[in-house]
Amino acid sequence: MTVTAGPAVEGADGRRTGPARAVVTGVGVVAPNGIGTAEFWAATLAARSGIGLLQRFDASAYPVCVGGEVLDFDDAALLSQRLLPQTDRMTRYALAAADWALADAGLDPAGLGEYDLGVLTAGACGGFEFGQRELQKLWGTGPERVSSYQSFAWFYAVNTGQISIRHGLRGHTSVFVSEQAGALDAAADTARLLRTGTLRAALTGGFDAPLCPWGLVVQLPGGLLSTSRDPERAYLPFDADAAGYAAGEGGALLVVEREDTALRRNAAGIYGRIAGHASTFDPRPGSGRPPALAGAIRGALREARTDPADIDVVFADALGVPDRDREEAAALAEVFGPAAVPVTAPKTLTGRLYAGGAALDMATALLSMRDSVIPPTAGTRAPAPGPGIDLVLGEPRETPVRNALVVARGAGGFNSAIVLSRYVRSPHHRAVTRPA
Amino acid sequence: MGGDAERRAVITGIGVRAPGGVGTEAFWRLLVSGRTATRTMSLIDPAPFRSRVAAEIDFDPAAEGLSPEQAATYDRATQLALAATREAVASSGLDTGRQDPARVGVSIGTAVGCTASLDQDYQRVSDFGSHWLVDHTATVAQVFDYFVPSSIGRDVAWEAGAEGPVTVISTGCTSGLDAVGYGAGLVRDGRADVVVCGATDAPISPITVACFDAIKATSANNGDPAHASRPFDRNRDGFVLGEGAAVFVIEELAAAYRRGARVYAEVRGFATRSNAYHMTGLTRHGREMAEAIRAAMRQARRDGADLDYINAHGSGTRQNDRHETAAFKRSLGRRAYEVPVSSIKSMIGHSLGAIGSLELAACALAIEYGVIPPTANYEEPDPECDLDYVPNTAREQRVDTVLSVGSGFGGFQSAAVLCRPPAKAVAP
Amino acid sequence: MSGITLSQLVSLIRDCAGESDVADLDGDIADMGFDELGYDSLALLELSARIKQTLGIEVPEGDMRTPGGTVRLINDLASGKDA
Repeated sequence: MTVTAGPAVEGADGRRTGPARAVVTGVGVVAPNGIGTAEFWAATLAARSGIGLLQRFDASAYPVCVGGEVLDFDDAALLSQRLLPQTDRMTRYALAAADWALADAGLDPAGLGEYDLGVLTAGACGGFEFGQRELQKLWGTGPERVSSYQSFAWFYAVNTGQISIRHGLRGHTSVFVSEQAGALDAAADTARLLRTGTLRAALTGGFDAPLCPWGLVVQLPGGLLSTSRDPERAYLPFDADAAGYAAGEGGALLVVEREDTALRRNAAGIYGRIAGHASTFDPRPGSGRPPALAGAIRGALREARTDPADIDVVFADALGVPDRDREEAAALAEVFGPAAVPVTAPKTLTGRLYAGGAALDMATALLSMRDSVIPPTAGTRAPAPGPGIDLVLGEPRETPVRNALVVARGAGGFNSAIVLSRYVRSPHHRAVTRPA
Repeated sequence: MGGDAERRAVITGIGVRAPGGVGTEAFWRLLVSGRTATRTMSLIDPAPFRSRVAAEIDFDPAAEGLSPEQAATYDRATQLALAATREAVASSGLDTGRQDPARVGVSIGTAVGCTASLDQDYQRVSDFGSHWLVDHTATVAQVFDYFVPSSIGRDVAWEAGAEGPVTVISTGCTSGLDAVGYGAGLVRDGRADVVVCGATDAPISPITVACFDAIKATSANNGDPAHASRPFDRNRDGFVLGEGAAVFVIEELAAAYRRGARVYAEVRGFATRSNAYHMTGLTRHGREMAEAIRAAMRQARRDGADLDYINAHGSGTRQNDRHETAAFKRSLGRRAYEVPVSSIKSMIGHSLGAIGSLELAACALAIEYGVIPPTANYEEPDPECDLDYVPNTAREQRVDTVLSVGSGFGGFQSAAVLCRPPAKAVAP
Repeated sequence: MSGITLSQLVSLIRDCAGESDVADLDGDIADMGFDELGYDSLALLELSARIKQTLGIEVPEGDMRTPGGTVRLINDLASGKDA
């Protein structure tokens, strides 16, 4: 009953092989700079930013007034009217992205066994705007005004539950909460459940959307949000002028399947595979011990059986807070050598999306792999002094991407790293493939 | 799989903060006595609410060793988790200073996180709901920690000296089972040697009470708080909101024996499935919970005949109790009628995400002490719930294999199997 | 005075539980079951709360089967109260 190895896969030629591999066959995105994968990817390569002055509410009286809002999402066109009163914005994004990811994968849940499909999402703060509205009713009018939907629309598990209901996914479902890092842990757990045979396919990723007045206000005392009133200068990770980050909303969902399942149903395309993951936690401040980020990166490389030299791009966490950026650069330099690997942070075009951030980075990394191009980091100009990193700036860099590392750090000390690898068909699966 | 390489996850430390008394011993005494810890709400003014009963903890942060700053700024859910963590680590006898911190992980469940503190913050920043554009100068310094409940995972990690995989699992009312299932998985598949796992919730706040009022999920038996939580009883009228935390130290079996640890139980099986049916509703047939039970039993390599006790979700809502009764029959067949089934929510209420871990603590203690806790307030059978619910009086009986189940909003259906640990002589 | 018409009830439904996905609420829906129209128990709890807030009349969600029946229930209760 060990969880690691799982049942061996039987290849088409009858040979027993290693544990099943987890491949990504579908992507769904809702981001401030693009709704849908194609729009997002085009905007990302063109360095079109979704960060602007906040428009949904009047933020002029707050010390922070920029962020990455999703402004053109037509929920009434995308979702049933019955869902609208019972969902926060972030759940609507998640439901649309789930539809798109499944469609992209060409996966009909009805084609698999009843308990073969699961949902593993990450969430950082729940349906916060919905929560603000209900608290406003509770204290402004009285408890009898609180919606019956409040019992689930705010809580952290809501997206997994709603996605599972929408598509009839009855397998293993879960929810990871570790601020920005959870989506990598969710994807990695998905891969493990696929390997052990608990699942054959799953939706994994994350969404958050706390850009409402109170969602902004609760982030102010921490002092990590940029107070710049210029959207182009608000989020400059690794820059000498870095002074915090811009908040954003949105995220991504991926369809991940066992390789044998994807091939058997002749999946249209495979973006890549989840090759390795590890997560660590930073020591308590004052312990004198070093941060644990490098350990997570090494662990992910080890599980992926990939040498640092074979990583072609790193999607950095890129907090935009100078000492945290230095820490991340130092960890990358420690594992890869100084400036030895291209590093990018396309999240400079969206702001940080909480649980959605690392999910979107995974989607972006897979698109990089598909198109052999690394999207640039926007905004950053003059790199901060410190450990050198080869930050991709200005223009997309065309280069084959065989293996990508995605790094995510969650407030408080969560570190997570995942290796995504270009998909090459396992030799024992050749016999099942049909000519195109 | 099997073989020498198989790693087994065992519980070597337990810490509990539950209504009815401080610590694991007081918790167990309450459960075997069949007394109830439900009462009229005192943590908040109950007057405006439909349901005014709760199972509350008389929690004293100073007596727990929390600093005045922690007492003033940490959400109650975090405080309960820290107190339970300290007790769990102490009871394990593990010298955390001698562990490699990179091999220590944390998996903490919570359904609503720091909602109570967020509710209080909202009263300040909105001036009791009078501004939508809330006043940023009125918020408190630590509000970000309430905003992201992952802060609970951080605080437990710091307390336990964990620098390995740390996560918070939030799957509604199955969080406490799912966090332990995930934590045991970390030990079994070698990603950690020690995992501090469990769950916490302190949901007795106006917003949470109001939202359960809105769907009439909680008991309105306000005139008789001690008898308000009535799982499986014909006259049940909803669950009684509770609060609490239970935390375990889970280690690899061989290492636990090597250091001479007391081993309470092995976490042998865990599975979760989703009903994909309704965010709050349950089916009559219980098929998905039955599937979770079968999968957990399969993983544990146990069958119905091995089961000595089922710790039910038993929330006391009309739909839950018949749903899981159907699930037990569907998964265990005739054996469902023979195995004792009880709900400790009858005594300590329903602490949302925390309860799954509190129930696992009760299961581990049932194995340890050979006693099955009863279902309190069980007076009149419901024809749709016709199993042996261990009415009102604890039962002394050897317990080797226990199944614990949970259901959560969002459709989550989870099952875990705990077993008596193997004798040291046959340990690998 | 505190009674209600079908179209007023329909506007309360739209407001608290959302437009039906399966039927035109402006059409002939008076005798269709709420379940047929796609409204679950939570939607009816919302509607019941909304009726209480706007009309001061308590109609338990379990008593609401169809929009037309609910209008009759409300109006019976309203005239009883007025009498």
